[in-house]
Amino acid sequence: MSRVDHAEASSKFIEAKDHAEFHDKRLWDLRKKRDVESEALPEWEELRSLASAIKEHTLTHLADYLEEFERNATTNGMVVHWARDAAEHNQIVFDILQAHDATTLVKSKSMLTDECEMRPFLDNRGIEIVETDLGERIQQLDDEPPSHIVVPAVHKLRGDVAEVFGRTIGTDPKNSDVPYLAESQRNHTRPYYLRAQAGMTGANFAIAETGSFVVCTNEGNADLGANLPNLHIASIGIEKLLPKVEHLGVFVRMLSRSALGSPITQITSHFRAPRPGTEMHVVLVDNGRSERLGMEDFWYSLKCIRCGACMNTCPVYRRSGGLSYGSTYSGPIGVIIDPTFNLRKYSSLPFASTLNGSCTSVCPVKINIHEQIYKWRQIIAERHQLPMVKKEAMRVAGKILSSPRMYRAAVEAAAAGIEKLPRFLVYNPFNAWGRQREVPASPPSTFRQWYLKNRGKRE
Amino acid sequence: MKVALFVPCYVDAFFPEVGVATLELLERFGCEVDFPLDQTCCGQPMANSGCQSDAHDTEALFARNFAAYEHIVTPSGSCAHHVRDQMTAIEQTAAVRAVRRNTHELVEFLHDVLGVREFPWAEFPHKVGLHIGCATLRGLREASASEIREPAFNKPARLLGAVKGLQFVQPQRADECCGFGGTFSVFEEPVSAKMGHDKVADHLEAGAEYIVSPDMSCVMHQRGCAQRAGLPLKFIHVAQVLNGARA
Repeated sequence: MSRVDHAEASSKFIEAKDHAEFHDKRLWDLRKKRDVESEALPEWEELRSLASAIKEHTLTHLADYLEEFERNATTNGMVVHWARDAAEHNQIVFDILQAHDATTLVKSKSMLTDECEMRPFLDNRGIEIVETDLGERIQQLDDEPPSHIVVPAVHKLRGDVAEVFGRTIGTDPKNSDVPYLAESQRNHTRPYYLRAQAGMTGANFAIAETGSFVVCTNEGNADLGANLPNLHIASIGIEKLLPKVEHLGVFVRMLSRSALGSPITQITSHFRAPRPGTEMHVVLVDNGRSERLGMEDFWYSLKCIRCGACMNTCPVYRRSGGLSYGSTYSGPIGVIIDPTFNLRKYSSLPFASTLNGSCTSVCPVKINIHEQIYKWRQIIAERHQLPMVKKEAMRVAGKILSSPRMYRAAVEAAAAGIEKLPRFLVYNPFNAWGRQREVPASPPSTFRQWYLKNRGKRE
Repeated sequence: MKVALFVPCYVDAFFPEVGVATLELLERFGCEVDFPLDQTCCGQPMANSGCQSDAHDTEALFARNFAAYEHIVTPSGSCAHHVRDQMTAIEQTAAVRAVRRNTHELVEFLHDVLGVREFPWAEFPHKVGLHIGCATLRGLREASASEIREPAFNKPARLLGAVKGLQFVQPQRADECCGFGGTFSVFEEPVSAKMGHDKVADHLEAGAEYIVSPDMSCVMHQRGCAQRAGLPLKFIHVAQVLNGARA
C-alpha cells in the first residue's frame, strides 16, 4: 500500500485559493465559537479534568463495563453482537439485514462505519444505503469520504454542492441557494425513510449501568432512521462506554461546545429498548482498539469523543483539508490514530504537524495529542519508515552538530553566504525554503566569531 | 551570578546580533556570562524528526558543554523547551538532569530567576505585534494560551511593557502557530509558507510596524515571508528591544 503524501496533497488544496481561504475561515470560526462557549462555563477546565478521569477509569476497566452493558442491553431487549474487526462488523450487519430481508438502509453519521469501509461492502451485496446526514449525503453523492468528522463536507463551497446535487438528484446546478439545496436534499431523502427496512446509527456514548446508548445530532435524521423502520442497528466502538448515566452530564456539556461552539446538539436521543414489534441490534466493535489500549504511549487516544475541536484549531488541518490525510480520521486525532491501522501507509502524517500543541489544549478529554505526535515520529524512525532523504539529512545533521569542528565550518560557511542555510536545513530537496520565502541575509560574522573578537580575552 | 550562554546554531549563523544583545542584557543585570566555545546545538532538529539515535551525540555534547553551570540561558524558546522537556536521547544521569533543569529561555530567566521588571535604558517607540512561539507558549508556558480557561498572564509582554514608547497591537489570531515548525518548514513547505504568509498579514492588518519575538526561528520564517510578499514589517528579538535597541 502506497504512502500518503500529505505535503503533495496539501499543495493541491492550497492552490484552490477560494476553497482554501473559506475552509480556514469557517473552521477558525468554529474554534472561536468554542472559545466563547467554554468561557461561559467557569468550570470548563474542571469539566475537562473530570471527562479525562472518567474516560481513563472506564478504559482501564473496559472489559467489566462492556459486559455490564451487554447484560443490561440484553435485559432491555436489544441484541448485542461483538465484532473483532471491520470484516466481522460488516458481515454481522449484512447478516442482520439479510435475516430481515432488508435491501434499503437509511443511515446517520458514523465514523466507525467509514473506518470499517462498510458502505462498499454492503453496496457490493445489493444493499442500497442512503446517508441521511446532509454533509455525509453530499459526500456520498460525490463519491468522496468525509473530510471532517463533524462537518463532513466543510471543504466544499455551496457552488460545489449545487454542482453535485445537479448531477445526482436533479436540482438546478446553477442555484446554490442554501435553503434550496437543503430542502431539495430533504425532499429527495424523505421517501427513503419510509421505504427502508432498516435504519442505522452510530453512538456517541454507551452507558453500562442502563444498557442504553446516546446519539447526539443536529438534523433529526438519526431519529427518523432509527424510529421509522422496524429494524435499528447501532455500530458502537468499544471505547464509547461510560459507566453511569450521571457521567453523561460531563460529556454532553462539552461535546457540542467543543465541536461547533453550540451549548448542546439539537437532539440528544437515548436508546434503551426496541419499540414493541421491532428489533434493536448493537454491534460492539473492536477493530484495533484493544491493541491500542495496550500501547503505553498511545492508549489515551481512546478517550476521544470525536468532537473535532482539534481539527478546527489545527492550523495545518485548516490549510490542507481533511482529504489530504488520505484516511478516515484526519487532523490531529487522525495523525495519532491512523498509524495504528497501518504504520507504513500513514507514516507521513505525524510529520504534518508543527507540534504547536493547540490540539492538546482544546481537547475536552485532555488527550496529549501533540506529545503523541512527537512519540509517533520516533516509532516511525525506529521502524525505518522515514523517507530516505529525511533519514539521510538527519544522519548528516547528527554528525555535523555533534562535532564542534564540523559545526563551526558549516555555520561559518552559512554565515559567509557560501551556503544560504545550514547544511542540515538545506541538505536536499530543500530549496523548498526559498519557494515562497526569502532566505536570511548573511551577517558580518557568526556570533562565535564576534565573541572571540570582543570578549575572547576572558577565555 | 554566573551564567552560561547557549546561542542556537541558526542564531550563531544568521542573527549574531541576537546573541550579542542577550549577552549584553545579562551583563547589565550583573551576570558573569560564559560562552562555552565548543557548543553546537541542542539536538532538536534530529529529535523532532524522530531520529533519537542521530540526536544522541549532539545532546551528549550539549550536556558536557554546560555541565559546570547552574544557569544556562538561551534566546530561543524551542531550544530551551527541547532541553528541559525532550532531551531524552541520552542517558538521564544526575548531571544530565541538572543541565536540563538549569536551562532557561531568556525571558523566563529574566522574569522568574532574576525577577527583573525594569529596563530603564530601553525605549522602542513603535507599534509592536508580539509573537510567542508555540514551544515558548504551550511548552514553557510563558503566557496563557487562548484555548485554556485560566487567568491571563504573559511574561514577554510584561517585560516589554516596561519599555518606553512600546505600543502593542493585537492580531486577530493572537497565538496561532506561524508554521515554522523546524523541519516542517521544508518538508511541509506548502502549508508552512501559507501559515507564515497568513501570520504576517494578520500582524500587518493589526497595524504592527515590528514583530517582536523571543523565538528567532519563527522570526526567520516570518521575515522570509514578509520580505517575499514585500510587506512593510520589521522584525526584532525581545533581547534586542530589552537591551535598548531603538529600531
